[in-house]
Amino acid sequence: MKLHVRYNINNVCRRLLQEQLNKLDFPCELMGLGEIEIKKTVSEEQYNQLAAALKKYEIEVLDDRISALVQKTKDAIIEMIYLEEKLPVSKISFYLAEKLNYSFGYISKLFSEVTYTSIENFIIMQKVERVKQLIIDDELSLTQIAGKLSYSSVAHLSGQFKKTTGITPSAFHRIIKRRKNNRNMEPMRK
Amino acid sequence: MQYDDFHVLLADDDPDDRLFFKYAIEELKIKTILTTVNDGVELMNYLSEPDASLPHVVFLDLNMPRKGGMECLKEIRANKNYKDLSIAIYSTSGSDKDIEESFVLGANVYIKKPNDFSSLKKILAEVININWQYHISGLNKENFVLSI
Repeated sequence: MKLHVRYNINNVCRRLLQEQLNKLDFPCELMGLGEIEIKKTVSEEQYNQLAAALKKYEIEVLDDRISALVQKTKDAIIEMIYLEEKLPVSKISFYLAEKLNYSFGYISKLFSEVTYTSIENFIIMQKVERVKQLIIDDELSLTQIAGKLSYSSVAHLSGQFKKTTGITPSAFHRIIKRRKNNRNMEPMRK
Repeated sequence: MQYDDFHVLLADDDPDDRLFFKYAIEELKIKTILTTVNDGVELMNYLSEPDASLPHVVFLDLNMPRKGGMECLKEIRANKNYKDLSIAIYSTSGSDKDIEESFVLGANVYIKKPNDFSSLKKILAEVININWQYHISGLNKENFVLSI
């Protein structure tokens, strides 16, 4: 006996996704184009459960793996800049590749695709943010800050600061101080 | 990865400048929604609408009729509801004193208006990209200054 069936592959996929998501108790909405909006926060365990359930049907949870890796890259860079007592002087590409277990080329490509900036730029931006914070804290001299963040010299630090912000570290220091004074004079409305 | 659209507001009384701005925005990779107003009074009215979707960054032309950019800057920075707004000043002056003064009053970005369209486009692209980086990385906007 031969049976003929007619199906709409798109509807099949939607139904399947919906069933799997319902089974795991994810309130959600299918947005089309493979996008699902989940209307609650998902723990890592739940996420893995879902990914495993869908994998059986060869459905890959794509987006999130990429965003997770990009987020991990950011976290690793920030951790390196903020937590390490002194920045590693070795190549950051090795540091990230080792920490994240992917080739630096792969990490770097994904990072630019998602954030529209390069890892190198992101690191510079984060380092300059750290420098700003240390300037505001007003406990270390610029020479000490340069040492802490592995700049080869104060001139190198100042150059990167100026290139990134358009102003010098000392102008920044002055601006922040004057802002504080202004604020103390005029309390905020509301 | 999906980010929310980036919302940019421009207050400028010059229609040509508004048009250039629009062209520059259209070429960006970052999904950007642009709102334009013609002067400072319109800007403050827009921001104070109870259901206004506040922009992530406001570009302020300094010389506008009715209410100029500096006045808007002061009003915005005096209101806690707008603390997450980045403010970019858009000026023909490039003097260090004007730049520093704007930052002290709470501006985040100071743009010296270039004379040609291609430089303007490049600058706007950079300013919006950096603002966006701050936005998606959750960086502290209070310390955000950029003179370009």
